[in-house]
Amino acid sequence: MEKMTYRDALRQALRDAMHEDEDIFIIGEEVGRYGGAYGVTKGLIDEFGPERLLDTPISEPAIVGAAVGAAMAGMRPVAELMYVDFIGMTMDQLCNQAAKIRYMFGGQIGVPMVLRTQGGTGRSAGAQHSQSLEAYVMHTPGLRLAMPATVHDAYHLLRQALKQPDPVVFIEHKGLYALQEDVDLNAPPPAWGKAAVHRQGDDLVIVTYSRQLHYALEAAEILAQDGIEATVIDLRTLNPLDFETIRHAVEQTGKAMVLSEGPLTAGVAAELAARISEECFDFLENPVLRLAGEDIPISVSAGLEAGSVPSPSLVVEYARKLMK
Amino acid sequence: MSIKPTTRSAPSGKVSNTDLIGLYREMRRIRTFEERVGELFVRGQSAGSMLHLSIGEESAAVGVCSAMKGGDTFTTHHRGHGIFLARGADPNRMMAEIAGKDTGYCQGKGGSMHIADRGLGHLGANAIVGGGIPAVVGAGLAAKRRGSGAVSVAFFGDGAMGQGILYESMNMAALWSLPVVFVCINNQWGMGTRVDQATRATVLHERALAFGLKGDTVDSIDVLDVVAAAQGTIDAARAGMPGFLAVDCYRFFGHARKDKSPYRSEEEETDGRKKDPIKQAHTELTQAGHTQQELDAIDGAAAAEMDATIDFAIASNPPAQDAMFRDVFAPGEPEPEPLRQRLDRILARD
Ligand SMILES: Cc1ncc(C[n+]2csc(CCOP(=O)(O)OP(=O)(O)O)c2C)c(N)n1
Repeated sequence: MEKMTYRDALRQALRDAMHEDEDIFIIGEEVGRYGGAYGVTKGLIDEFGPERLLDTPISEPAIVGAAVGAAMAGMRPVAELMYVDFIGMTMDQLCNQAAKIRYMFGGQIGVPMVLRTQGGTGRSAGAQHSQSLEAYVMHTPGLRLAMPATVHDAYHLLRQALKQPDPVVFIEHKGLYALQEDVDLNAPPPAWGKAAVHRQGDDLVIVTYSRQLHYALEAAEILAQDGIEATVIDLRTLNPLDFETIRHAVEQTGKAMVLSEGPLTAGVAAELAARISEECFDFLENPVLRLAGEDIPISVSAGLEAGSVPSPSLVVEYARKLMK
Repeated sequence: MSIKPTTRSAPSGKVSNTDLIGLYREMRRIRTFEERVGELFVRGQSAGSMLHLSIGEESAAVGVCSAMKGGDTFTTHHRGHGIFLARGADPNRMMAEIAGKDTGYCQGKGGSMHIADRGLGHLGANAIVGGGIPAVVGAGLAAKRRGSGAVSVAFFGDGAMGQGILYESMNMAALWSLPVVFVCINNQWGMGTRVDQATRATVLHERALAFGLKGDTVDSIDVLDVVAAAQGTIDAARAGMPGFLAVDCYRFFGHARKDKSPYRSEEEETDGRKKDPIKQAHTELTQAGHTQQELDAIDGAAAAEMDATIDFAIASNPPAQDAMFRDVFAPGEPEPEPLRQRLDRILARD
């Protein structure tokens, strides 16, 4: 066991993968000399040189597009978008190109690339630097989507992403970079695409991912003091989606809450709640509750920012109400 | 380090000394304001740390804005405090916005990177590099169609030269002869990337020439030079010849509040900070016979004015929690239903 931060685990994953696979290179703004806006790639340029850490102009569509092309040509690029909020600028390269190339071209050409980025609230970064846009990605057939919540997963999901045959969007949470945990990176990780059950309880299931996992666990501790036992599921990847783990837990408890930082409407929580409602209908004692971001932009003001997304206390409050 | 202008299209008539004293005052106000923003951050009273100071870039803001007229519109990048002050912003409301307070220009929703004021023609600061550029094409179209005589000016950094949307915008502006000006404040750095690490073509205005715009570069050291260049570019745009003006300056400090610029040398910084338009104006004014006392009084007034902005910001309230749902859509339109209300409704029915 060693103490490690989420940030360091991501860097370690990139380092180990780059040693193992010469075809991996990193391309993005400030990834080399600066070491990444959040310090994830710090020092890697000294180890791997500027040819494998390509500092780019501020040209997001071309960063992603060049990664798509390099992947088509047999390399394994890691493109970095400093903020997931910039994904809109790259949507064509991501959704019309990367996501569709294998299919449109009859399976001839794959796009084995990883698009690393980060999102979420917590830094008073304002409306254009605080969003949770995973639903855009999850909505697009052909894209994989990983969102690590733990230090262990920061490492292993990134290693696994770098072995996928298809494009993976890998969204970190800006509020987790400093998260420190005891990890044994040699311990075998769950398989790619498997959810992790963090806590077993008979009363309700909380299905979540990314930073909200920690909120769910915090809430579950408090609920346990009232005698309410929750199962907490971290999805880890949203595509592939491990619905079997969700189904099993919902069948056990009959009550489900889906927790996500992204906006409620047509969001990830909406998809999960719909599936649970359809597939576990006979087992449900209550409507599936979606706890998600308000349907509003994120404010810079700390109070409004925090109020825009679910908090541990909100989870506690509605878990209690659900149990009544 | 600085790029020498290759074409000078601006009329060369120098502005008089009475103007220089006004320009000096405006530049001093901006620098003092930015210093107070730094203080607000140190005191833990700013909304976050993504505060981009324009210290060193004052002549770009004041010089270009002095060539604009009432009714003109503009957009800025994330380093836009100085530009808006030069267009007549109320520094109290700006500081309050930077603190995320409800007395701010955007009721504390926007923050440092999203200040706007329709009344003063400010169509918004932007946290997306290049994000505000195409809006001036639209504003130029509107001005042309309505015959308002207004010019629309986009302010952005050298980093935005990497954004494709700039080229799409310049092409349209030229194609349709719009009253539009693109102002690139070239402070030599975009975060930790020096201009020549992001492009081989470092004479930035040449790209505008390729699209059929007027193009010019001016050094920021002498604010009167910036005024003259801006006057030429903006007047031409008003007459239907859109233009591009690069203002060469230096970003005196880190990218944002937490950046200590480890990627550039101290020698470079010392050298870069010599390009100080405020010192330069001070020297010129002294040589022209203005007394130290007179200039000190200007500095003192700026200090007093900007000190008060901090008090104003701190004394102001954060926005009320229910303001969160306001302004997603127009007044009178239904607001999004708050999550709690929705959940309670569902559980009550259950
Ligand atoms: C589209 C986009 N890409 C990246 C960023 C992150 N970012 C913010 S400012 C900046 C550098 C901008 O440099 P420049 O345009 O020269 O302006 P300066 O900061 O020097 O004033 C970067 C990369 C962003 N905000 N938006």
